Amino acid sequence: MNTTAVDINAPGQPVFYTREEVHHNGTLLGFWIYLMSDLFIFASLFACNAVLGTNYAGGPTGSEVFDLPGLAVNTALLLVSSVTFGFAMLEMARKRKRAMLIWLGISGLLAAAFVGLEIHEFATMIAEGAGPQRSAFLSSFFTLVGTHGLHVTVGILWLTVLMVQIGRVGLTEANIRRLRCLSMFWHFLDLVWVGVFSYVYLVGVLR
Amino acid sequence: MSHPTHSESAPGHDLHEEGMGEDHGSLRGYLTGFVLASILTIIPFWLVMGHVIESKPLTILLVLALAAVQIVVHMIYFLHLNTKSEHGWNMLAFIFTLVLVVIVLGASLWVMYNENANMMPMSPLYQQQHPVNGP
Repeated sequence: MNTTAVDINAPGQPVFYTREEVHHNGTLLGFWIYLMSDLFIFASLFACNAVLGTNYAGGPTGSEVFDLPGLAVNTALLLVSSVTFGFAMLEMARKRKRAMLIWLGISGLLAAAFVGLEIHEFATMIAEGAGPQRSAFLSSFFTLVGTHGLHVTVGILWLTVLMVQIGRVGLTEANIRRLRCLSMFWHFLDLVWVGVFSYVYLVGVLR
Repeated sequence: MSHPTHSESAPGHDLHEEGMGEDHGSLRGYLTGFVLASILTIIPFWLVMGHVIESKPLTILLVLALAAVQIVVHMIYFLHLNTKSEHGWNMLAFIFTLVLVVIVLGASLWVMYNENANMMPMSPLYQQQHPVNGP
């Protein structure tokens, strides 16, 4: 036995009070820290684009290849999808599985339309001779925007798997936890997109 | 003897309501966020597509400032970042990341700008020996 037992009521000993017992698992915080490291990946790609963004190598410039009306549609799709995902989370809190699945489905379709438009944009640019190998500017553009698009694609895949799982086993505690992680991921990607459309496209057209 | 370090809340205390210190947001919150984000998206598009301001640097500055505001709006209304969730660890991790991001972005731009500005000019002989071929 431990011979140096501490009497917690002894005078002079500090007494700690916690308002609530903390014994939930740390998945949400852990996922947040993953998102922060992901943010760092995007930050380095943004830095790359900031440094190389005007190295056109005699090739096309931003104002020549960027399609701003198409970009506006893409931005709207992602923003609305972020809000509909929020609605799904509200339905989840009310335990209304059907309504939640419908909102999740809408979010997934909007994100799929976003990825579809992005692939179309990339294909058009490559066909015009403005592929990633043309200049440092285009390399950094394709790397940054492509990485974001890849994230959205993975998000759609994750959403689909989760919807099937919720349809089969319902809103269990584990599924709620997964949904909350995906919700953070989804909103995070919309946040990164704010940087992409503002800096890469709108500022890219101007400089 | 009871442990003074433990809380006195009821056993059925709902962890998701209070213990997590995290909220799912509200309809009002999401709609407010959506309206604010829409406005903050439309203004920069209008500024760039409508050629509203003659000065390019000023337009760039405005677009970047609006993006920064919109990122804060997304953080608050969509990601529900506040100082209470996960006992403040979310916020701490975010601030730490932000410091690193500012260092990486700022230093990259600073170093590469100086690198470009101070690059040694190529001598005519070197240029003759290594002709620059277009890609």
